[in-house]
Amino acid sequence: MYKAAVIGDSASVSGFAALGLSVFRETKPEKITKLISKLAANDFAVIYITEPAAALVSDTINKYRSSKLPSIVLIPAIEGNTGEGMRALHDAVEKAVGSDILN
Amino acid sequence: MARLNVNPTRMELSKLKKKLTSALRGHKLLKDKRDELMRQFMNLIKENRQLRTEVEAAISEANRYMAVAGSVMQREVLESALMLPKQEVELEVKEKNVMSVYIPEFTTKFRSGDTNDIYSYGMAFTSIDLDGAVSALNSVLPKMIRLAEVEKACQLMADEIEKTRRRVNALEHIMIPDYEETIKYITMKLSENERSTTTSLMKVKDMVLKENHKFH
Repeated sequence: MYKAAVIGDSASVSGFAALGLSVFRETKPEKITKLISKLAANDFAVIYITEPAAALVSDTINKYRSSKLPSIVLIPAIEGNTGEGMRALHDAVEKAVGSDILN
Repeated sequence: MARLNVNPTRMELSKLKKKLTSALRGHKLLKDKRDELMRQFMNLIKENRQLRTEVEAAISEANRYMAVAGSVMQREVLESALMLPKQEVELEVKEKNVMSVYIPEFTTKFRSGDTNDIYSYGMAFTSIDLDGAVSALNSVLPKMIRLAEVEKACQLMADEIEKTRRRVNALEHIMIPDYEETIKYITMKLSENERSTTTSLMKVKDMVLKENHKFH
């Protein structure tokens, strides 16, 4: 059985604990990087990560982009939506089509 | 267009002709694959965008509730209220093959049968905003799982489309023209050889005839 994880600052991710997702309150880049590789090796199929936390470890996230699992999804943090998650979508379109045809 | 470095022989010619046929066939197939991938990708992207907008809106709403709850309640009380969840989410992962791209499919399983059984705390010591936050997150959870699925599919398909497009372009603009040019070169070379043989034969015949005339 696979599990789902949430990574981010305490205030943004606490709510997910009630839903039964595994919550990790980390905000340091090195720790998040380690955590992601650990989770990827340990049957976590989905990792939700807050946008500010993802911005710290974008290299690690890009590394898992082309592997089948885990699926790393950016979610807005408590400070608000930075649009980083939507940008990833635009990047995918640009890669596939050759230019960004959304908008 | 560069001509390939091969000997202009009939052997090479027939080899090249075979290669050209399979290159043309491969080009057609890959082009079809690219078009179909692109079609499915566009559908997925549309869904992805829609889902992301909805999920982001719902999480922002939950975050607003959470911020209020955090200001009304003590941090420790808030944390301890959420510390022991009643619910547990498990995912079953299946694979789906879309044009030889393997994309994951998630099925959610909850530990408790009642998916609304999410409040891991008594109502007495917690703010109502916390309930709002948890309920908002709970209602968006299925969409979040679907978003994870679609987003991964989009990334994997984008990779595959890029790869396929490169192959199609390599075949269309490099391999096929190269083959065609080399085939043309060999054909010309061979007919040139043939003509040259014919002329030398005629010459020899002439010479032989002249020789014979002397004796008559």
